[in-house]
Amino acid sequence: MIPTNFEYFAPATIEEALQLLDQHGEDAKLLSGGQSLIPVLKLRLAAPTAIIDIGRIAALKQISVSGDTIRIGANATHADIARHAELKQHCPLLGETAAQIGDQQVRNRGTIGGSLTHADPAADWPAAILALDAEIVARSSQGERVIKATDFFVDVMTSAVQPNEIVTEIRVAKPAQPQAAVYLKVPQAASGFALVGVAAQLTLNNGKCEAASIGVTGLGPKAFRATTLEAALRGQALDDSTVSAAAAKADAETADALEDIHASGDYRRHLARVYAKRAVQAAAARA
Amino acid sequence: MSFLAKYIGQKVKRTEDPRLIQGIGHYVDDIKLADTLHVVILRSPYAHARINAINTDAAKRVPGVVAVYTGADVAGKVGNVPCAMAHPELKVPAFGVLAQTKVFFVGHPVAAVVAQNKYQARDAADLIDVDYEPLDVVSDGEKAAQPDSPVIHEEFGTNIALVHNAGVGDIDAAFAQADKIVTQRLVHQRLAPISIEPRGVLAQYFPGEHQLNLWSSTQIPHLMRTQVSLMLGMPENRVRVVTPEVGGGFGCKLNVYAEEALLGWIAMQLHKPVKWIEGRRENFQATIHGRGQTGTVQVAVKNDGTLLGLKYDVIADIGAYHQLLTPAIPTLTGLMLSGCYKIPAISMKCTEVFTNKMSTDAYRGAGRPEATYLVERLMDCVARELNMDPVELRRKNFPQPDEFPFTTACGVIYDSGDYEKALSKALTIADYQKLRDEQKAARAAGRVMGIGVSTYVEICAMGPSAAMPAGGWESATIRVEPTGKVTVLTGVSPHGQGEETAFAQIVGDMLGIDMNDVLVVHGDTAVVQYGIGTFGSRGLAVGGAALVCATEKVVKKAKKLAAHLLGADEASLTFEDGKFVGAPDDKSLTIQEVALAAHTAASLPEDFEPGLTATHFFEPKNFTFPSGTHICVVEIDRETGELEIKRYIAVDDCGNQINPLIVAGQVHGGIAQGLAQALFEEVVYDENGQLLTGELMDYAVPKAHQLPRYELDHTVTPTPVNPLGAKGVGEAGTIGSTPAVANAVIDALAPFGVKHVDLPLRPEKLWRMMHN
Ligand SMILES: Cc1cc2nc3c(=O)[nH]c(=O)nc-3n(C[C@H](O)[C@H](O)[C@H](O)COP(=O)(O)OP(=O)(O)OC[C@H]3O[C@@H](n4cnc5c(N)ncnc54)[C@H](O)[C@@H]3O)c2cc1C
Repeated sequence: MIPTNFEYFAPATIEEALQLLDQHGEDAKLLSGGQSLIPVLKLRLAAPTAIIDIGRIAALKQISVSGDTIRIGANATHADIARHAELKQHCPLLGETAAQIGDQQVRNRGTIGGSLTHADPAADWPAAILALDAEIVARSSQGERVIKATDFFVDVMTSAVQPNEIVTEIRVAKPAQPQAAVYLKVPQAASGFALVGVAAQLTLNNGKCEAASIGVTGLGPKAFRATTLEAALRGQALDDSTVSAAAAKADAETADALEDIHASGDYRRHLARVYAKRAVQAAAARA
Repeated sequence: MSFLAKYIGQKVKRTEDPRLIQGIGHYVDDIKLADTLHVVILRSPYAHARINAINTDAAKRVPGVVAVYTGADVAGKVGNVPCAMAHPELKVPAFGVLAQTKVFFVGHPVAAVVAQNKYQARDAADLIDVDYEPLDVVSDGEKAAQPDSPVIHEEFGTNIALVHNAGVGDIDAAFAQADKIVTQRLVHQRLAPISIEPRGVLAQYFPGEHQLNLWSSTQIPHLMRTQVSLMLGMPENRVRVVTPEVGGGFGCKLNVYAEEALLGWIAMQLHKPVKWIEGRRENFQATIHGRGQTGTVQVAVKNDGTLLGLKYDVIADIGAYHQLLTPAIPTLTGLMLSGCYKIPAISMKCTEVFTNKMSTDAYRGAGRPEATYLVERLMDCVARELNMDPVELRRKNFPQPDEFPFTTACGVIYDSGDYEKALSKALTIADYQKLRDEQKAARAAGRVMGIGVSTYVEICAMGPSAAMPAGGWESATIRVEPTGKVTVLTGVSPHGQGEETAFAQIVGDMLGIDMNDVLVVHGDTAVVQYGIGTFGSRGLAVGGAALVCATEKVVKKAKKLAAHLLGADEASLTFEDGKFVGAPDDKSLTIQEVALAAHTAASLPEDFEPGLTATHFFEPKNFTFPSGTHICVVEIDRETGELEIKRYIAVDDCGNQINPLIVAGQVHGGIAQGLAQALFEEVVYDENGQLLTGELMDYAVPKAHQLPRYELDHTVTPTPVNPLGAKGVGEAGTIGSTPAVANAVIDALAPFGVKHVDLPLRPEKLWRMMHN
């Protein structure tokens, strides 16, 4: 369990980090919490020759709520987010998701930016980020671009972030009804990652569902918005039969469900439907 | 001998724990010797392949690399990995410390790279070019036994390593008389022991003295010394094995692996210390696995529930080679097929087969969990068939307390037992009748709830020498030093069992001294007299018994000197609370005073040897047979198959308890591992012999949050086998728990017509059972 040789850099600013990225090109890897990258290096699944540790860049760690916008620095740890009082108030889905990732040690080191960029199909963050319709800000030496959550996840372990880019922050518009949200997860027994995870953020009006935004992780090669299910809820009263019928379409956006020794594709689909139903019901109950 | 029990029976906190909790204990990897070279082992990525060529040139050119060794280098120089079972029909393939012409499992050692640091060694290992020619893989034990299967070890012409038959009684007559015959096929899946500290070896050779020192994370330092000396052609007394702190063994370190002799040999070639520390992936691939049996059980029974006979026809998938006890483990299953019941006739046919996998060997319980699981599972199957309450069926077939010692149709003699007592205590704690009522109500409400009972007995305190391949006795030396401090040298090799504490408690009470004055030394063959080691729940029941006998000898000797010094008649003296009393004029002497006098030796009785020390080698007359009842209550999510353990009750009987805190700890850990077999754990190889559960991301060892709260209690039925009256408790929790959980889950699924589900009981399986 020993990585190949690499040179280690610890830039103090984003600019410096971008310069290093340009300099080392494809041979470089950014390191934030290291909770995904270090295992990859130790197993020699990747052999970058330059490791650029962005963990000391203070600007990447900020969490702020101003006006209608929540900004979370890419290097905010899962633990930072889980215990952030303002987030709890304005967008509790973030903290609820963060608290279900790994164990305390992992949450103390792992970051939201690292998790999103790593794009593990069973990671928890993607479900919440999709349900919140968040935007991910990426910077390169050429400038900054904003990537919508729905465009961010490309395939298994592949996000839209380019090798010369650094994710700097995640932007979330304050939900209209912050409390009408939930993240439910069925953990894989060994790893604790999601066999299936469903994040729901609802807007209810007079007992009717004005808007539903549902992110599903673990089921397919990439996390996705359950748009068919969302459409089936829109404008409806959330009684049992409506929710059940809608939730039966929770897996409609995924053609290929993941299959491995832990669960078949059929079972994952089934869990997605059951947990989508439960998530919608739980979020509605909290509203 | 009588004494005041000041420590024995008390919940004394383990004296080992402060150093372990603070991280200041010393494991093999913490031991640093100057100029140490580091070894990385290149392992086969194939389950079965011919090695056509190995090119190590590029690896040797890596800066810092000192040597690269392959099978050709060690052939004829290092002996084969030993197998301790001697059986005339057993097929024993030659298991070289590095692969010779073929590799037989993923993880098979192929080459060893030695470098100044482990980074260089690891880099160089990547540059070794091995030309493998893949061969047909045998990954399924049942298929391996078929005549048309590819043969792994060509020299034998078959994959069958051994057919072992066991049991006594007229089995055909039993089945002929049966009202009903209940048959069930069962799989005992392979498990990985997963000690938190993987294996590790540090070897140091002094050419001038011709002395080899080996530090190894092992459970058996002395047996290892003997075996490694034979493998290396070293005189045994010039090999020293030191076992520092060991971070868990669970049986997987009750072994002699290729790496120990290999590292010793490399140190002898290079005249430098060499170290190898196993990585977690290597640990999954190349440290023994446990269980791995697939078989069919048949039980012959009368309509009133009287058991008549039991047949077990099983294939044990033992992997590619024999490790130390590989072929012996399934035979232990054959010793315990009677469970805690009167079964007049028993027969087992066990076919042990080679497959292209890592070897199986002893894992916590070692052969007995298989027996208990199948017996307890079948008791539930029979009860269902006869429409009896599973508790009543069990009760009906218990031997009564006055029937002990009880001889079973497996040919073993249970030392003592009161199975009803533990059962009724557990039922009371659980409030069994109320649970059954709740279950009725739950079922009526559409909920899926189950109650599982397992009444187990197991065989441990291994064991009488006649039944063991390398002796079953244990040794202890006790030295009362001139200052009155007491040093104990024990032949067992504790690695988490807490014997430093328990042994100090025993000596503290027997000598009437502060237990903190007792130092328990273990795991260094240069310091401690020969011993057998720690496994088979024997540390206290055999090693502790040896210590009791040695301590009695020391007191006897001290008494003789005390009588001499006090001018008293030896017969009039008694030893009470650390003092010899009963002398004229109320004069007395403490054990410490006597110890000093024994060393200054100014005035000794005639023929009295100076010093105050004694050694005892204790030979047990029998095994011990701890028993108990475990009850598990589960609820299953009808929609998803997810499972929750609502309650877990365990009433164990390990005879007298020296330290109830340690007993509870052993039971906790044991249940965790047994429950994990029921619910989570499984070593999975695919049809190509690739290990799909090669890391902790995929192999589900239980985490604290996945385990329930345990409700523990005990009964006390002392054993007559040893002077402590203590039975072992290291494995009982594992043995008793797996069937309790399985029975609960299958009981929950009864309304769906489910009679059996193989382990592990993952949610998807349960969901399919409910929705098929
Ligand atoms: C034992 C364990 C259990 C876990 N359990 C869970 C779980 O239950 N659920 C879950 O979702 N996750 C789990 N994880 C993963 C964990 O959440 C990681 O922290 C996360 O996936 C990666 O974040 P990181 O900061 O550690 O990233 P790193 O490991 O440092 O980096 C991951 C990848 O992202 C890139 N990267 C990092 N930061 C940036 C950036 N700002 N811009 C561009 N690229 C970047 C890196 O180059 C690398 O390719 C677990 C991890 C462990 C070790």
